[in-house]
Amino acid sequence: MAKPSSDQFSRRAFLKGSSAVAAASAVVTSAAAQEKSAQSSQVIAGETTVSLNVNGKSMTAKVEPRTTLLDVLRYQFNLTGAKPVSSDGSSGASTVLIDNRPVEAAVTLALSAVGKNIQTVESLAGDAVPKAFMQYDASQCGFCTPGFVVAVRAFLNRNPNATEEQIRAGLNGNICRCGTYANILQAAISIAKGGQNG
Amino acid sequence: MAEVKYIWPDNHKSAYIGKRVVRPDTLEKSTGIAKYSYDVNFPNQVVVRALGCPHAHCKVISVDTSAAEKVPGVVLVHLIKDKAPAPGGDPIEIQAEGTLLVAVAAESEAAAAEGVSKLKVQYELMDVFVDDQNLAAAEAAKRTKAAGGGIELDDALGEPGANEEEKAWEEKTIQKLFQDSKYVVEGRYGVDVITHCCLEPHGATVYWEGGKLRAYLSTQNVSTTDDGYATALGITADDVQVTCNYIGGGFGSKFQPGYWGIAAAEISRKLGRPVKFLLSRDQELKIGGNRPSGYIDVKIGADENGVVQVWDSHHWGTSGFNGSTIGVTNFPYVFHPKNVRRRATGIITNNEPSVAWRAPNHPQACAITQTAYDDLAAKMGVDSFDIFMRNLENIDIPEKASLYAEEMRIAAELIGWSNHWHPHGKGNKRGSVVEGLGIGIHKWGGAAGESNCKLRVYPDGGVESFCGTQDIGTGTRTVCAMVLAETFGLTLDAVKINIGSSTYPFSGASGGSTTVGAVTESHRRAAQEALAKIFDLVATKLGAPADKLEASKGEIRVTGYSDKKLTWKEACSLIGIRPLEVNAEFKRGNSPLSSVNVGGVQMAHVAVDLETGVVKMKKLVAVQDMGLIVNRQSAESQIYGAMIMSIAAALFEQRINDPKTGAFVNCEMGTYRLPRLGDIGELVVHLHEPENERDRGVIGLGEPPAISGITAIANAVCNATGVRVPSQPMTPQRVLNALRSAKG
Repeated sequence: MAKPSSDQFSRRAFLKGSSAVAAASAVVTSAAAQEKSAQSSQVIAGETTVSLNVNGKSMTAKVEPRTTLLDVLRYQFNLTGAKPVSSDGSSGASTVLIDNRPVEAAVTLALSAVGKNIQTVESLAGDAVPKAFMQYDASQCGFCTPGFVVAVRAFLNRNPNATEEQIRAGLNGNICRCGTYANILQAAISIAKGGQNG
Repeated sequence: MAEVKYIWPDNHKSAYIGKRVVRPDTLEKSTGIAKYSYDVNFPNQVVVRALGCPHAHCKVISVDTSAAEKVPGVVLVHLIKDKAPAPGGDPIEIQAEGTLLVAVAAESEAAAAEGVSKLKVQYELMDVFVDDQNLAAAEAAKRTKAAGGGIELDDALGEPGANEEEKAWEEKTIQKLFQDSKYVVEGRYGVDVITHCCLEPHGATVYWEGGKLRAYLSTQNVSTTDDGYATALGITADDVQVTCNYIGGGFGSKFQPGYWGIAAAEISRKLGRPVKFLLSRDQELKIGGNRPSGYIDVKIGADENGVVQVWDSHHWGTSGFNGSTIGVTNFPYVFHPKNVRRRATGIITNNEPSVAWRAPNHPQACAITQTAYDDLAAKMGVDSFDIFMRNLENIDIPEKASLYAEEMRIAAELIGWSNHWHPHGKGNKRGSVVEGLGIGIHKWGGAAGESNCKLRVYPDGGVESFCGTQDIGTGTRTVCAMVLAETFGLTLDAVKINIGSSTYPFSGASGGSTTVGAVTESHRRAAQEALAKIFDLVATKLGAPADKLEASKGEIRVTGYSDKKLTWKEACSLIGIRPLEVNAEFKRGNSPLSSVNVGGVQMAHVAVDLETGVVKMKKLVAVQDMGLIVNRQSAESQIYGAMIMSIAAALFEQRINDPKTGAFVNCEMGTYRLPRLGDIGELVVHLHEPENERDRGVIGLGEPPAISGITAIANAVCNATGVRVPSQPMTPQRVLNALRSAKG
């Protein structure tokens, strides 16, 4: 189930998640920015060793400030479910959950994920979503599939009783080139209707 | 052993063939277990990023690698052969943006990318031409190339007189045909270049072992890419082992190692380390593959019933810097009037040459010719359905006419044609939104490709096959398993399928809808041969004739005698101590198990907002014949996918080149627009299975349903608005432009 607070409006959260803030930050968000920087001012240069909590395990990685979470998952932890498809975060193929929220690991810096709970598709092996994908043939080449599985899981966590209309409107962050959307839709509907979101 | 007669089981006896079977490997793909070429990691591996040429047409004068070599983590800077000159070497002409010039191998992707950013290259810019829509501009720039043509006239029209010049007579005859036509329609139609945009980019992870290359290549062609490596690397094909367990999309673009694949092998050989080299996203879009464009000026003349009697067209388009275009024989598409004159011109643009795209040339040919038939209906004020139906009297495969007619009637029923169709542009308007219906029809060959299968049945009952095919998303493993399980009367999990390695027996590349036919041929043949041998052994044991035996539900039994039987394991124990091994070979040609030629009809229902130009899919219907269906579920999925690809090409995707610099300006997933889940509307698939359809055997399905959907959507938009949007994709801007032009 989704956390009750996650859907409540928070101006700070809204600004944090908005791309518009980047351009305007120097002027508008001084209070928020100063508060944040006071809490976590730390300059890191070059390679450093960090601990990341991935799929319930604490794992050690060598990262630079520029290292993406996706590169750490794929090259250091050999967790290759999340895929490198786009560099602009628009394909959804590298979707993972960070503190239960879906994010694109390709555009997330590894350092920003320190101290957070990272869940990759590999942690969903026993979940209803991959099983429904199999049942409804919701994969062709399969390269987008892990990202879609995580996105569907995140969406259904927030919307456990989603209608077909809501599913059609709510899963537009991921791209499938082979065209498995019709099958993914059926898979997601089956879970929402079957109450397998617990 | 009696000669084996290859045959598929009757429908009522089939346990698997023709049924809905879940693909077990979807679970591996859905949980991240499936390893693609991009996912395979080896100890001590380096990662390569490459510099793509930033200019669409230039000479590369020199490359300074010194700064790149100093970047921490960079291991090797490698000049790509024939793309970047060695120090002091002659300049090299580059004709497409994105062409890879220099590869940088490093300890991480980030270090490799930084290395690429430090390369200093001197270029000499050259003239650029990318406007493939503009024939006059291409002619002025001397960027055209004649690409064939010809004329076919009805014999009844006679021949030129003894003193008459042939061309003049042809021209006179064509003009006379137009004069005699009750209705004449002229139009310009087009489809833009789209890119393959494989989600797993082209490339490989490779290493050398004892002088032999091991390549984990993202390929549609496991069995014969070893040749491509070997030739380029100065080794023999037996020294190359290609593996591809999963491929993240190919769509016709992944048949070769690519020069980047060769570079990966060269770098690995130099370094003695495994190398991962896959294209970046922008490179994938620029050089990974593109479908040629097609634009046409066409004039058609029809009789009082709307049956086209004369077709006269000139089409052009580009497949990049080699300047070819779609062959004239595709025009018009499916329909074939008695009198046809066609001319083609290739446009030389500064883009990578095209490679095969799902149903090569058919979607374009369909979209720029059947739109003219729809405009004929609009001009006559007649139902498009009737015009398509009446013109079935002149099609290129006449014996298919009744099949198309039946498929059109089914599609019309499913989309509610009679309820929703209205004369073009005369429908009800709700606010600023109008709706419309459109139709397209298509054809495809789909003959089974060549395939070999090595089958082993072990004395303990184990069964496995080895076949150098690949699964490009069609569910190859599952159909192979279905065939073996069906033949031996076993469950799917009792058979093991080994594919995806060039060390297995040769099987053809997956292109042209040849794979399911190919592998079911080789697997059924191998399994029937093996079963015949096992039947001989069981016959002796049970004292019954071999031709009275049947394999079903894990047993081999004498037909009609429930107590005369052996379990599968008991039967296999008769084989002896070594496994029974059968090698089956299928070469293309007549076969009782597979055949050729399918047809299909698609109908679209769209809504168009006249104020914003946005087109929304309401419904798309596909009716498709395909011979014997192997896996009903994955057959449907193939069609769903093809329909969504049609929506993509009709409404969303296009390569946009900056007209001056030639730069591919939308080469990322955020800007190269593809439909998302919310864009598809309702999709309806109908597998058309007239009586005896199963007797045709297996026919390929991958390409055909990806053809006529674009046309159906284009015609639906025209039906909704009363205005022809001349080119696909019908972006909001193009829709608005067409509406404005129509207003004058």
